[in-house]
Amino acid sequence: MKKEEFNTTKSLNELKTGEEGTIVSYNDNGEMKLKRHLLGMGFVKGAKIKLEKVAPLGDPIKLKIKGYSISLRKNEAKNIEVGVN
Amino acid sequence: MTNYSKQLQHHEPSSGHEHIKIGLAGNPNVGKTTLFNHLTGLHQHVGNWPGKTVEKAEGHLKHGKYTIDIVDLPGNYALSAHSIEEIVSRDFIVDESSDVIVNVLDANNLERNLYLTTQMMELGANLVIAINMNKFAKKRGYRIDMEKLSILLGIPVVEIEARDDVGREELLKAVENAKKNPIDGSKKLVYGTEIQDHLLKLQNIVEEDESLLDTPPSWTAIKLLENDEVVKEKVEKSIIKDKVLKEVEKLNKHFHDVFNESSEEVIANNRYAFIDGLLNEVVTRPEVEAPTITEKIDKIVINRILGLPIFLIIMWLIFQVTFAIGTPLQEPFEYIFSIGGDLVPKILGENIYSSFIVDGLINGVGGVLVFIPLIFLMFLMISVLEDSGYLARAAFVMDRVMHKFVGLHGKSFIPMILGFGCGVPGVMATRTMEHERDRILTMLLIPFMSCTARLPIYTLFVGAFFTAYQGEVIFSLYFLGVIVAIIVATILKRVLFKGITTPFVMELPTYKLPSLKGVLIHTWEKTYGFIRKAGTIILATSIIIWLLSSFPAGVEYGSHESVIGQIGNVATPIFAPLGFGYWQPTVALIFGIVAKEVIVSTFSSLFGVVEDGSGIGLALQGIFTPLTAFAFLVFVLLYVPCFSFLATVKKESNSWKWPLILLSVTIITAYTTSFIVYHLGLLIGFH
Repeated sequence: MKKEEFNTTKSLNELKTGEEGTIVSYNDNGEMKLKRHLLGMGFVKGAKIKLEKVAPLGDPIKLKIKGYSISLRKNEAKNIEVGVN
Repeated sequence: MTNYSKQLQHHEPSSGHEHIKIGLAGNPNVGKTTLFNHLTGLHQHVGNWPGKTVEKAEGHLKHGKYTIDIVDLPGNYALSAHSIEEIVSRDFIVDESSDVIVNVLDANNLERNLYLTTQMMELGANLVIAINMNKFAKKRGYRIDMEKLSILLGIPVVEIEARDDVGREELLKAVENAKKNPIDGSKKLVYGTEIQDHLLKLQNIVEEDESLLDTPPSWTAIKLLENDEVVKEKVEKSIIKDKVLKEVEKLNKHFHDVFNESSEEVIANNRYAFIDGLLNEVVTRPEVEAPTITEKIDKIVINRILGLPIFLIIMWLIFQVTFAIGTPLQEPFEYIFSIGGDLVPKILGENIYSSFIVDGLINGVGGVLVFIPLIFLMFLMISVLEDSGYLARAAFVMDRVMHKFVGLHGKSFIPMILGFGCGVPGVMATRTMEHERDRILTMLLIPFMSCTARLPIYTLFVGAFFTAYQGEVIFSLYFLGVIVAIIVATILKRVLFKGITTPFVMELPTYKLPSLKGVLIHTWEKTYGFIRKAGTIILATSIIIWLLSSFPAGVEYGSHESVIGQIGNVATPIFAPLGFGYWQPTVALIFGIVAKEVIVSTFSSLFGVVEDGSGIGLALQGIFTPLTAFAFLVFVLLYVPCFSFLATVKKESNSWKWPLILLSVTIITAYTTSFIVYHLGLLIGFH
């Protein structure tokens, strides 16, 4: 999955509710442990990911990936870049 | 034990009576524990893994000529070296004398579930796969070709429903077969060609040192590329360490140049690619998926507007049920002990023996037993919330608040709320949190939530000193507790838990109807665990307090002349800067460490007046002013909750370190805050 294949790319936390994207890169920003954990949870390049809901107080967010739902805080999602068409 | 290490050993002679030891492995929320409960029933016990705070549930069942010993492994998403739970599972697969690993998968979520499976295959585990929740998957239109999956993986696959008998026989047969004909999962796993050759080369180097061969060399190679600390440490000791690490370095660079990715990413990608290939052949999904029940429920439950009110109503219900139903249930226990307390002196006469039985033993045992209704009810409800899937939503809704104000995880909200009722069930509710540091920090903050046992003391004092502002004064104490908790959390985060924030990576599982059996087993285990472990400590301390209060021989129990009274006397000057440097409050505070309820009765016995009468108020007015009374209440609010609390923290953290830290943190906080309150009051002009 290359960035060029998509119209636009943005950070995962910038997806709108109900919007789906494809993971194109994951900059760990030194947080290797979090990245390693998320890799295991299916946050690999090319994986489709959808923002299902934002928590009532605006953070965290509920995402759908690989057929299940997971929550992340926005500042943990911002290092993940997704391509959207 | 992996097959790999088994091949290196001699065959054990087989005896007539056969034992099979299996481990249940799988992701969280796949029904692993439900299966465990269903298979073992009440033949189980819960303890800790040696030297770890991770819970270990073991059980057994008889099946034909076999006795099957089952260990419920922690729920894991992966088998890296980055959490204690994952290391525990990994060590069990590698080291322990296990015969078969049963990997429970959720039919609705095979893709992510199989990620763990690939890692157990890498490790060479002798696997049997049990696919659970098929009914639900079929309803959604998923078709899984179990036979093909089994052939492609080279692992037996059984279809089960963890909560009833579907597939039970087939699973047990497959386990017995797997024991007789073990397979080595690592042989069946083939990753993409772009990494397979590189892995093979590294593997060949690893094979040169026999001391590295207690695990499959292919696994060691993968783990080295994943930068696994435990495996790296092992290789550091090897004679071929330089050669191995040089090759790892070379591969890291190669992957970075070719894929522009770290080795860890490349390996994760390859595992998922393997799974994708597998599922393409095995699973057919409907073109359009209808919204699931979970999605429909979540539309309401974590809704922008309704999410918070729903959460608060559920919290209110937990609180009400635990304390409104639980507190009256405590009465029969208290009644029995009060009868015992009356009866014993009548039979034995008023002497040192009857005093020991009444003030030492009955108080000690009673101190344990009165908590049982509260703990039982609280766990009953937490289990229902957890098993149903709501607990994760509660954390999702509250995370913002907890994270912003105390730097904690959303899940820490429930223990804190329970703390307003009683801190002991609050501490036990911290179990729902995955990370130890979150659990510990939450335990350290719960004491500042003013518990119900402190209320009688507040009532006594406001009655004597603040008749016009009773409600306001009591409310100010509750409020102060919360503010102090936020300040203490900020300080502890800087001092004890430097630079640690737990990411909020949490699965939001599908909603399920909790099974009665599972909930009851869980609740009973926790309640019993409290009686057994915390109970011993509470009883022991009660006896010590009795000794201090009764000696030297002949003194009145807990009086000025007893050892504890003497200690109070010596400690009195310590409280002078807080405005209440008298021996009576000092002794009351020392007894208050045992339990807060004791403070009121201590005052009444020290002043020689009845507890309920106005005499005690008058006596208090003799030594307190309104300002020093408030400073005293602040101290009562913030200092050591009670022995039961400390004993529970000891039990839950599995070390004496944390109860001791809690003791110091609460006393320092209470002293400082009380000091500030007293001196600010003096400045403003109170006296």
